[in-house]
Amino acid sequence: MPKDSGIGASPKRREDVRFLSGTGNYTDDIQVTGQAYVHFLRSDVAHAKINGLNLDAASAMPGVVKIFTGADFEGVGGIPCGWQVTDRHGEPMQEPAHPVLAQGKVRYVGDQIAAVVAETLEQARDAAEAIEVDLEELPAVVDMKAALAEGATKVHDDLTSNLCYDWGFVEENKPAVDAAFEAAAHVTTLELRNNRLVANPMEPRVAIGDFNRATGESTLYTTSQNPHVIRLLMGAFVLGIPEHKLRVVAPDVGGGFGTKIFHYAEEAFCTFAAKALNRPVKWTSTRSEAFISDAHGRDHVTKIELALDADNNFTALRTDTYANMGAYLSTFAPSVPTWLHGTLMAGNYKTPLIYVNVKAVFTNTVPVDAYRGAGRPEATYQLERVIDKAARELGVDPIALRRQNFITEFPYATPVAVEYDTGDYHGTMDALEKMADLSGFEARRKESEARGKLRGFGVNCYIEACGIAPSNLVGQLGARAGLYESATVRVNATGGIVVMTGSHSHGQGHETSFPQVIAEMIGIDESMVEIEHGDTANTPMGMGTYGSRSIAVGGSAMVRATEKIIAKAKKIAAHLMEAAEADIELKDGAFSVAGTDKSVAWGDVTLAAYVPHNYPLEDIEPGLEETAFYDPANFTYPSGAYACEVEVDPDTGKVTIEAFNAADDFGNIINPMIVDGQVHGGIGQGIGQALLENAAYDENGQLLSASYMDYAMPRASDVPFYGVDHSSQTPCTHNPLGVKGCGEAGAIGSPPAVVNAVVDALRSGGHDIHHIDMPVSPSRVWQAMNG
Amino acid sequence: MYNFDFEKPSTIADAVSALGTEDAQALGGGQTLLPTMKQRLASPSKLVSLKGIAEMQGICTGDDGALCIGGATTHADVAAGAGAYAGLAGLAAGIGDPAVRARGTIGGSLANNDPAACYPAGALASGATIVTNAREIAADDYFQGMFTTALDEGEIITEVRFPVPEASNYQKFEQPASRFALVGVFVAKFADGVRVAVTGASEDGVFRWSEAEAALSGNFSADAIVDMAPGADGMISDLHGTAAYRAHLVGVLTRRAVAAALSLPT
Ligand SMILES: Cc1cc2nc3c(=O)[nH]c(=O)nc-3n(C[C@H](O)[C@H](O)[C@H](O)COP(=O)(O)OP(=O)(O)OC[C@H]3O[C@@H](n4cnc5c(N)ncnc54)[C@H](O)[C@@H]3O)c2cc1C
Repeated sequence: MPKDSGIGASPKRREDVRFLSGTGNYTDDIQVTGQAYVHFLRSDVAHAKINGLNLDAASAMPGVVKIFTGADFEGVGGIPCGWQVTDRHGEPMQEPAHPVLAQGKVRYVGDQIAAVVAETLEQARDAAEAIEVDLEELPAVVDMKAALAEGATKVHDDLTSNLCYDWGFVEENKPAVDAAFEAAAHVTTLELRNNRLVANPMEPRVAIGDFNRATGESTLYTTSQNPHVIRLLMGAFVLGIPEHKLRVVAPDVGGGFGTKIFHYAEEAFCTFAAKALNRPVKWTSTRSEAFISDAHGRDHVTKIELALDADNNFTALRTDTYANMGAYLSTFAPSVPTWLHGTLMAGNYKTPLIYVNVKAVFTNTVPVDAYRGAGRPEATYQLERVIDKAARELGVDPIALRRQNFITEFPYATPVAVEYDTGDYHGTMDALEKMADLSGFEARRKESEARGKLRGFGVNCYIEACGIAPSNLVGQLGARAGLYESATVRVNATGGIVVMTGSHSHGQGHETSFPQVIAEMIGIDESMVEIEHGDTANTPMGMGTYGSRSIAVGGSAMVRATEKIIAKAKKIAAHLMEAAEADIELKDGAFSVAGTDKSVAWGDVTLAAYVPHNYPLEDIEPGLEETAFYDPANFTYPSGAYACEVEVDPDTGKVTIEAFNAADDFGNIINPMIVDGQVHGGIGQGIGQALLENAAYDENGQLLSASYMDYAMPRASDVPFYGVDHSSQTPCTHNPLGVKGCGEAGAIGSPPAVVNAVVDALRSGGHDIHHIDMPVSPSRVWQAMNG
Repeated sequence: MYNFDFEKPSTIADAVSALGTEDAQALGGGQTLLPTMKQRLASPSKLVSLKGIAEMQGICTGDDGALCIGGATTHADVAAGAGAYAGLAGLAAGIGDPAVRARGTIGGSLANNDPAACYPAGALASGATIVTNAREIAADDYFQGMFTTALDEGEIITEVRFPVPEASNYQKFEQPASRFALVGVFVAKFADGVRVAVTGASEDGVFRWSEAEAALSGNFSADAIVDMAPGADGMISDLHGTAAYRAHLVGVLTRRAVAAALSLPT
């Protein structure tokens, strides 16, 4: 029987009551008394010299408080980059200055030229239109390969070129990899693009700066996935405000998908301006603005080669990727195509030799950074596409080829520097084959053909790395941050519990799932546990939520803090029952003495901690509150096998998804319903990437798909009912819950399955096609079919 | 959005006089105009809402059997009320989403003449008459290229009269993002011939595909236009489809419309 509480139960998400009834507290819901409004004047050209700005007329407009330009930020720090990559020659990456407001030059459509603060938003917009901007347009650098050509226009004049870094991984393996290709019986090559995406969380970004002259404290309310990270980056690197004078609050956040990890110029601006003006300053992004100011995702161009021996064993893998950084380095941008991508190139396979080359390139486009999966979808897509192509070239079954090359023994050290602790790739594939009714496919294909449609089946595997860690290792890899997580567990006198976590929930359901863990550990009802997050003033320093790390890292910190609570509570219970501490057992919310019928309730112990009349004061302090910081020993490695079945209309090229099945191994699972939801959402986004979404620039650096008129988001009717299975569970060996994380799997695992299925469908119609770039739009499919 | 004045007259005459103000603009359902104003791409001095004018609302049948649709009638009302002309009701039912259909009007759509809008295809294929406060304009004279019509400044579409064909159908292939027509084809078979109007495809806006009309007038069946497609010259090429793809879709959708018209009631 399914449990109705604790680990493994699926209580409904308690946060949904406020989200679905319009009573959430989002940043834009916050009105600070006396707030002024900011409107950013953004560049409408991709690359230009700012010859002059005339603010006279604009400054005199009604309601204008002040207009800021780059000149106001001289002497103020720039937006920092949180990860330094070292290139294949041992040199640090090229790292351009990233001013809060443009200084001398604009470098992408959307770059902030000036910021108008006014009494009302409309007044700010009116005044922005009256600013006279003298821009001298420069050629725009858009195409990555052209950006690296001799004599190309430079995005940053003070850098030697548009190359941010040329990364080789593992550099020492290169000769051996090349030799393996020489010796290969078969080599499959594929060139592809991982299309640029706009994250499009439902809630656009918002920032409110506030300054308290009496205390000298600055407060930033912001739509962030990691308020402590913003406090550290903005306080230490941009504005020079120490943490005890800076509070960052990220209240309810309406989706992040990575794009709300980063420290943005608008946050620094509002905090800076609030102090300069001694007045709260609020900015709310419009949807149009979000398209040209939220960090974009993906945008890799890759050539991948797979070498096989005569028995179809993978012998080597070689990849050559161009990764678009956009015009500036966003917070974690350099890490995405390198450590979050190169380290995943082994996938689920025991390929012994791998070499990954990545050239990161500056262009006159919106900065690119982590987006749901970050590097891992790019790795998975190219690997799973090239394996499919190899299977077709060799005339073998794509599933059999995968199975033959699966890693089966754990722990497994890959040739790309990571060690998988557990996994069962045949197990997830078995589950998938059953769920996807593979044996019934031929009949379904015939039925489609009878209706004039082509049907295709596509499969792929994926491996994810969640909860990037440990801190000392990532430090060596260039991270300018630790990657632990924290939790304070505060037990109140009458037994209720508040957990203050450094993790942040922006849709993941922590307020529901985290209490399930504590309820299980103590044996109390989940309703006795509340989760606090998002405010640096009342949560311990934590790194926030991204990379599917919350339950694996934040949950582990909470477990560790709860263990300390239980240890102390046992001491108190032992005292109350005049028994030895070693004999105390905690079960179902009561402490008992082993072998006796003596027991005290959880509430008796917690009350004693705060009303310590009968209490071992000489041994322990009153109170029941503990903090733990947890720094994982390794990543966790969820894995899975996904299958997609499509129908293609050969007359129009339109692809419809007929079925999508996902078998995942997430290790232990806290709340299966929430996990299903995370997988559903991830697959939806993956289908969006595969079929619909495309942030396309023209050669002048204008974003062609800068609104929903041209940027196609997946809608309910674009996706099927998903089949989801997580029965295959190999628990993580190094965290206390045995959990692996599930937030990104869907987005990582689904695009290759879709494209593999489309290629399969077209080939069944006699079209000799091996690849179509995403998004696989009707027009592209038709083009592919018609040469 | 910039500031503007607002009037909601109850007669056509009052609306015409309200529109006499410089830079005044008629407001139908606001589904095109309001987003444009929010983006600050339009700045009318005054909006004159046509929604309070009773004589511009609703659907009736004229003496000649034509369907007469008031210029301020919403897409939802046409979808529900134009049962006598199923092809047209189907077209209206497929515009945008329920919210758009509940506000957007036939007059607004035809006045705007978006090259990817649906109604222009319906009106042109039907040989409709666009009735304004000043005159009657034949559909063949009304559409004059993307976003361009025969309307004069301040002229209001008060009614649109649709002759009801013997058989008809509208096929829309959605642009994946906007879900306007990437290509839309309306086929209408009358006793004296077949009319085929195409939207979404051409750089000149909605047009009649005369080659298909000729073939179908002789033999109203999809077989009559097998493998037929207009030339790609002058077709729109953008992120969502090349000119060649659009030209191809015109052929496919026309065949589908004919097949559907034959299998469905009028
Ligand atoms: C999300 C969305 C999806 C859409 N999808 C589609 C679609 O699939 N197919 C499609 O065809 N359309 C689509 N539309 C457009 C929709 O049909 C609009 O309603 C229509 O284009 C404009 O009609 P309106 O009544 O809203 O006009 P308004 O926006 O009020 O006005 C548009 C223009 O017409 C003028 N005008 C309005 N009424 C009259 C009149 N009676 N006489 C003279 N001039 C007038 C106005 O002055 C203005 O210039 C969509 C719109 C949205 C927002």
